[in-house]
Amino acid sequence: MKITRDDIIHTANLARLEMDEDSIRKFAVQIDDILRYVETLNNVNTEGVQPTSHAIFLTNAFRNDVEKQDLGRDVLLENAPEKENGNFMVPKVVG
Amino acid sequence: MKLYELTIYEAHGLLKRKEISSQELTGSVLDRIAAIDEKIGAFITVAGESAIREAKLADKAIAKGDIQTLTGIPVAVKDLICTKGIRTTCASKILENFIPPYDATVISRLKQAGAVIVGKLNMDEFAMGSSTENSGVRLTHNPWDLTRIPGGSSGGSAAAVAADMCLGALGSDTGGSIRQPASHCGVVGLKPTYGRVSRFGLVAFASSLDQIGPLAKDVTDCAILAGAVSGYDPSDSTSVPRDVPDYSSFLTEGMEGVKIGIPKEYDSAQGLDPEVSSAVMNARKVMEKLGGKCVEVSLPNTAYAVPVYYVIAPSEASSNLARFDGVKYGFRDKDRKNLMDMYRSTRSKGFGPEVKRRIIIGTYCLSAGYYDAYYKKASQVRTLIMEDFSKAFEICDLILSPVAPTPAFKIGEKSDDPLTMYLSDIFTLSANLAGIPGMSVPCGFSSGGLPIGLQLMGKHFSEETLFKAAYNFEQATDFHKRKPGI
Repeated sequence: MKITRDDIIHTANLARLEMDEDSIRKFAVQIDDILRYVETLNNVNTEGVQPTSHAIFLTNAFRNDVEKQDLGRDVLLENAPEKENGNFMVPKVVG
Repeated sequence: MKLYELTIYEAHGLLKRKEISSQELTGSVLDRIAAIDEKIGAFITVAGESAIREAKLADKAIAKGDIQTLTGIPVAVKDLICTKGIRTTCASKILENFIPPYDATVISRLKQAGAVIVGKLNMDEFAMGSSTENSGVRLTHNPWDLTRIPGGSSGGSAAAVAADMCLGALGSDTGGSIRQPASHCGVVGLKPTYGRVSRFGLVAFASSLDQIGPLAKDVTDCAILAGAVSGYDPSDSTSVPRDVPDYSSFLTEGMEGVKIGIPKEYDSAQGLDPEVSSAVMNARKVMEKLGGKCVEVSLPNTAYAVPVYYVIAPSEASSNLARFDGVKYGFRDKDRKNLMDMYRSTRSKGFGPEVKRRIIIGTYCLSAGYYDAYYKKASQVRTLIMEDFSKAFEICDLILSPVAPTPAFKIGEKSDDPLTMYLSDIFTLSANLAGIPGMSVPCGFSSGGLPIGLQLMGKHFSEETLFKAAYNFEQATDFHKRKPGI
């Protein structure tokens, strides 16, 4: 196994996901399969090859520093699951 | 002829001559949706009321002589493109109630062009999939055979166009998600060059690969829609400031002297169906008869497109999908009283299995100790794949290949085996990795009567060459004229 049950639990935690025992077992097998397949990339010699993160050559995109009208606070809060006094509400963070 | 059967170009002629109104045309499309979408399942939301309102406005404009090609034309949009005031779900429970406060740039452009938006189309959740079976909302059936998948992830878009439930549609393509469903449903689909169409308002899956594009009943309509949505947008920092040619004006140019590259590696691709192979071979002969000249090219790193993609796309997705946390919009599990528990529970209940699988793969590939082995390695091989295309395009103008290795498969056939599903993307992924345009055009039918698509890929910003070749091919064949009997 490339990826263990513990790896899945650890990674799920990093990604803020919870999983039941069934999914952990299933994912461990499936993701192991996928990562083994991905390792065929080791057959390619990439010494000195620059990585690509963007396929089209573009330098930084700047805009003029001028004020623009945004949507406004009330509009942006419309989709919030919970809100109060113009703020997003979340469960208590500090005890 | 029923109005919903019209192409955009035909409908435009009738609207312009005032032989029909947009209200009649839009009404006919809405009736069609009401009559058959129960069987197909292409739509997540039908925006009947606003569509009729927009049609009335279009008719007023036309009465004043103010008509553009898309004025009064009913189109539909994949449900991951933000539409102001119309629910945009990404076919996910986590966004089931999300109503965008703004339009994506492509939607503003369609509206400025006078188009009527009839609804939002089904897809694999967050565009992750090749069959639309990963939708958290509903299944979509292939109009040519209801027991089969329509392809994905823009399966709703392709099925809706094929079944005449809109005159044209927008989809998005991260690894083949426009071209593959277009191929499976017998319609025309274009993934434009990366940066050609603004991604502002497109819910991001893999930002370096995603591109919005049209699905249409024929090449002429595809060119009309592509022209309407393309162009620089300062709201998308990856949008390229470059003029958009009038694509429609290239259609009638001949094919003489166009050099068509045939990649030698594609013949030996794993699982290539003999019927697909022979349809593509025939297409090549048609192109040669039209004056195209075929040359062999080599794309030696073809086999690595799948592993490269399935590192890069999930990595970018794991980062993009971190924003769905139950705080700013979308679903929240309100039973959890602690912030961290609320995040975990919201995301676990809100995302479906394929999305979680990809988030975990991506998070793993980017995590400490694995970044170099997976993400960096994949990004280096991506460079080699791009170089393969650059070399090939030194000796040809476009590359011809299959879109998908097989015609549409049965619903349920591959849904338990993600790796097999991923391997079916072999012919389409490279175009996204290299940022080049790719198109699917109908080129045949299987013995079982299922459509087969031909892929044309071109250099960066050479969409007009693809349109020209595709139009010449279409005029020489009649595959696009066949309709599913629904």
